[in-house]
Amino acid sequence: MSSEQPVGRIRFMDRQRVNLDGFAVEDADLGLIALRSPHDPEPGLVISDGQVVEMDGVPAADFDSIDAYIARHGLDLAAAPEAMALTDVQFARLAVDPGVPRAEVIRLSGGATPAKLARVLALLTPPELGMAMAKLRARRTPGNQAHVTNRLDDPLLLAADSATAAAFGFREIETTVPVLGDAPSNAVACLIGAAVAAQGVLIQCSVEEALELELGMRGLTSYAETVSLYGTEQVFTDGDDTPWSKAFLTSAYASRGMKMRVSSGAGAEVLMAGAERKSMLYLEARCVALARAIGAQGVQNGGIDGASVAASVPGGLRELMAENVMVMMRNLESCSGNDALMSESDMRRTSRTLPIVLAGSDFVFSGFGSIQRYDNMFGPSNFNAEDIDDFLAMQRDWGIDGGLRTVPAARIGELRRDAALACRAVYAHLGLADFSDEHVELAVDAAGSKDLGETDTLAVVAAAHAIREGGLTVVDIVAALDETGYEAEAERVVEMTRARLAGDYLQTSAIFDEQLRVLSLVTDPNDYAGPGTGYRPSAQRQREIDEIRQARGVDDLRAEQALAAVPLLAAAGPAQAGQDPRDVVIGVSPAVGRDVWRCLSGLSVPDVLGELLAGLEEEGCAGRVVRFNNTVDLGRIGLAAARLAGSGIGIGLQGKGTALIHRRDLSPLANLELYSVAPAVTPELYRLLGANAARHAKGATPDPARNPYTDEAIEARYHTTVIALMALERAWVRAGSPAEELSMKGLR
Amino acid sequence: MTETRSLSGKPVGELTLDAVRRGEVSLPDLRIHPETLDRQASVAQAHGNPQLAGNLRRAAELTLLPDDEVLAIYEALRPHRSTPEQLTALAESLAGRGLPRCAALLTEAAEVYARRGLAG
Repeated sequence: MSSEQPVGRIRFMDRQRVNLDGFAVEDADLGLIALRSPHDPEPGLVISDGQVVEMDGVPAADFDSIDAYIARHGLDLAAAPEAMALTDVQFARLAVDPGVPRAEVIRLSGGATPAKLARVLALLTPPELGMAMAKLRARRTPGNQAHVTNRLDDPLLLAADSATAAAFGFREIETTVPVLGDAPSNAVACLIGAAVAAQGVLIQCSVEEALELELGMRGLTSYAETVSLYGTEQVFTDGDDTPWSKAFLTSAYASRGMKMRVSSGAGAEVLMAGAERKSMLYLEARCVALARAIGAQGVQNGGIDGASVAASVPGGLRELMAENVMVMMRNLESCSGNDALMSESDMRRTSRTLPIVLAGSDFVFSGFGSIQRYDNMFGPSNFNAEDIDDFLAMQRDWGIDGGLRTVPAARIGELRRDAALACRAVYAHLGLADFSDEHVELAVDAAGSKDLGETDTLAVVAAAHAIREGGLTVVDIVAALDETGYEAEAERVVEMTRARLAGDYLQTSAIFDEQLRVLSLVTDPNDYAGPGTGYRPSAQRQREIDEIRQARGVDDLRAEQALAAVPLLAAAGPAQAGQDPRDVVIGVSPAVGRDVWRCLSGLSVPDVLGELLAGLEEEGCAGRVVRFNNTVDLGRIGLAAARLAGSGIGIGLQGKGTALIHRRDLSPLANLELYSVAPAVTPELYRLLGANAARHAKGATPDPARNPYTDEAIEARYHTTVIALMALERAWVRAGSPAEELSMKGLR
Repeated sequence: MTETRSLSGKPVGELTLDAVRRGEVSLPDLRIHPETLDRQASVAQAHGNPQLAGNLRRAAELTLLPDDEVLAIYEALRPHRSTPEQLTALAESLAGRGLPRCAALLTEAAEVYARRGLAG
């Protein structure tokens, strides 16, 4: 190694955040290989007397427990000969081609071995994966899931945040605990919060299986997704399970009426040094085939805890998306990952998630961190509370439904208060804990648990203990809500409990909508078959997507400008040509003194005029203000001002703050100096412009003022305001209307 | 179509807020009924997922067992917990109690565990 340090350009690049990420050299021996390892088996299937006798190169006598389960239960042997006879390219084309019905791809995939589907999906390019996802996902309507947790397991904050998540449109809320004993309390708090904001939100409390089942059996939670599958027998066994124990557990959840999906995803085997030299996609193909074989309705995959492992190797993000599509090909619900922060780079983490958002999945995230990163007890998600507005803007930008919606700020405040109060009331009524008024106020306003200050975490442990040992069920929560004045919320929880007993939500890809209708593979099947088909947001849903709270129209701007109006700049008669060689005219645009009072920089128009006049005066000139009513064009305004001025020099000023110096003998576009970046012009710069105009009037050649430079997305910030401001200006234009002097009283 | 009932036999329609107020709702009223699971299994079968159907049919059987026993069987199926003979015995006991599908799962596990060294 040379001790010489790299050049500045490289040192600069080294400092960018993306270089905090780890990038691995592809290494099949360690399983650090995304789509295809030289050690992946050749796809193959031999059937004899209705039994699989060889699968993917392994004879039945040598099947490990995963092979054995898949071979016995996971394959549609009637479809297998046809499916396995397809070339990889033929199969891949069927998956992507919108002219081939989803049902046909599902049928053939049922007969494909894990190695076969891995080979097929490894062929798909990113846009092809997107097309396949749009067509093959089970549910027509896309959905989304939120994480709701905090460092303190604070019930009031959990309730407020759960209500917030439900209001934003999440149809599943997953909580977990930093302190295992708190779990029952977290489940209850999230249940109450969600019920305050919306009907039909499914709640999960992710903890060890016995406790998770217990919470579900008491009706406090309604789904589970932490039943992990692994792609090698060694890692599966290290995880203290077998395919049979997982199959049994899957049935155990269903027997208690709980929706359940399994969890797998690239990287887990690599992290356990148990990848057996296979590619991530092949190992995941085994997991997905096993998920189908044991009768799970869905899979959470796309890396999950190992997402950053996949992201560290070439093609890793493609592999993550291919995992999701594979789940869909097996006709299962896809909960599509994006739930672990896989990069320090905002661009890389967006790059990882965006294709899935655009294609649409049953659940775009298997845990969007609806709380701040630091409060996410699963670890930060790939998108978090910091990113909710970004996500809402992305939905709107692309005109797609990622499952979320804007909620008016005041509504969020109301819901958080109702949720915190309802939670407090229930805890008090059931003798679980007492919370102060101050605690309620802090939870309502908190952006995260750090805003709560010191809390009594022992009280939470005690409350959770009381829930568990007291055997509290959802019936007790309903009764407590009802008796403390939350009848509507009590009714919601009862209705949901009743709806769950019908069992419809145990079908593939089921969610409840806010009218408590089940949307699933059965009731809302994906019917995408090319342009003009498939899911389209309803008009109402499209409005929810489009109407983000930051959007502004001309009326909003008119109202904002009116707030800055002052009784200055009154019209003072027709403008006259000046004779004095020290006379400089400041020409202003038509809406100045009428509808436009504040520049993009935030300075008031009278203050800007005051600075210009002061600059003129400093150099011994006298300024006056003339409004031109026949144009909004700054060049023409400045030139017309110069032609009125005794000095032949004019300043043009648009109400938005753009300013220039003009001379009577120039063409409109050939000005002397121009401040084009209106948002960044300071009082000092306006004063300098005035002074320079005076120097021009005196025949000098001043050093031109420099436009302030900014590397911010200045146009993104101001262009919508500029459009509205120009509309206000345009509304005052009257062709042939004469220029008029404006009163300078009060300007300095 | 017959009305959906909860495990207690109570029609689901009777699970109302008023019933809660009268103290007439208890835990068995919140549990899903095996007939419901069997019906959902038929729906899954008709929608091209016989494995999900099989799972729901096993689940219908498991509604017969108390929670502790369900968790105990799960524990018995984890790696290196049970000998093949123990699993087979458990399977026979389940079959005798009206859980043939769960029994079949255990029988199969016993065979594979023995071959793959996953038995206790």
